Amino acid sequence: MADQDAFAEQAMEYMPQLYSTALRMTHNASDAEDLVQETYLKAYRGFAGFEQGTNLRAWMFRILTNTYINSYRSKKRRPNETELDDVEDFYLYRRMGGLEAATASRSAEDELMDYFTDADVQAAIDALPESYRLAVLLSDVEGLSYKEIAEDLDIPIGTVMSRLHRGRKALQKQLHDFALERGLTDAVPEAP
Amino acid sequence: MTHDHDSHSAVPFAGTPDCERALAEVYTFLDQELNDAERAEIMAHLEACSPCFEAFDFEAELRMVITTKTHSVEFPDSLRIRIEEKLTYLRIQGSAGSGSDNGGDPGREA
Repeated sequence: MADQDAFAEQAMEYMPQLYSTALRMTHNASDAEDLVQETYLKAYRGFAGFEQGTNLRAWMFRILTNTYINSYRSKKRRPNETELDDVEDFYLYRRMGGLEAATASRSAEDELMDYFTDADVQAAIDALPESYRLAVLLSDVEGLSYKEIAEDLDIPIGTVMSRLHRGRKALQKQLHDFALERGLTDAVPEAP
Repeated sequence: MTHDHDSHSAVPFAGTPDCERALAEVYTFLDQELNDAERAEIMAHLEACSPCFEAFDFEAELRMVITTKTHSVEFPDSLRIRIEEKLTYLRIQGSAGSGSDNGGDPGREA
């Protein structure tokens, strides 16, 4: 029983989150604004079909993701792409996990916060192949559930899990490469 | 699954079957996708096994870093205004005649 007048009251609060995701998807402020606007117009028109009491945020993200996949992705990004190399589990932890011990008193989080800039994290996400990138964005950045991501991307939950698993490992490897380039990981043992 | 736990010696992994089971669920755990029983089982293992706890802790903190570092986008207020204007226009259009599928909605305010 959703009526369109209620829409503006309920949905406006998600705009900054949707915009930030749109920007990460499109890499372009003007495309991101158009994408968010289109999302709101579609959502407004379809709001009668939204089931009140269910997750409006997830519903808005689904519309955003669908709109992106259908209208924007084709501009620059190819829908399908190379597979990821297999990266070992806990890639970054194996290489950087001992850091906080070396500097005592600081947590791993403090260390990692200093090691990686906003631009590093964004670049590492961007370096992922598209299908992995979207899954990682929706999960790690936006905190959607596996089920919500599966519905957004129209793939089985098992596929969401494997994309997240492999995408995150590749992300860790990319972050580590950044650290190596800058000579930041002198505490790391040489690979054999 | 790789089992070359010794290829990088910076950090320890205990490597018992319990550890293997827990480590395999690190993402489902962090993503809050386990049921209560599964979650309790992992928690019990992490309390007993500090190498696994360290690994989980690292992943959790890395996640926090990723989330924090991707949430610094500046939101353009002009976009909010633009969207609100469009929606208001659609609303006026809708109530002015063409009669949308919501006949007598009680929640109407303005």
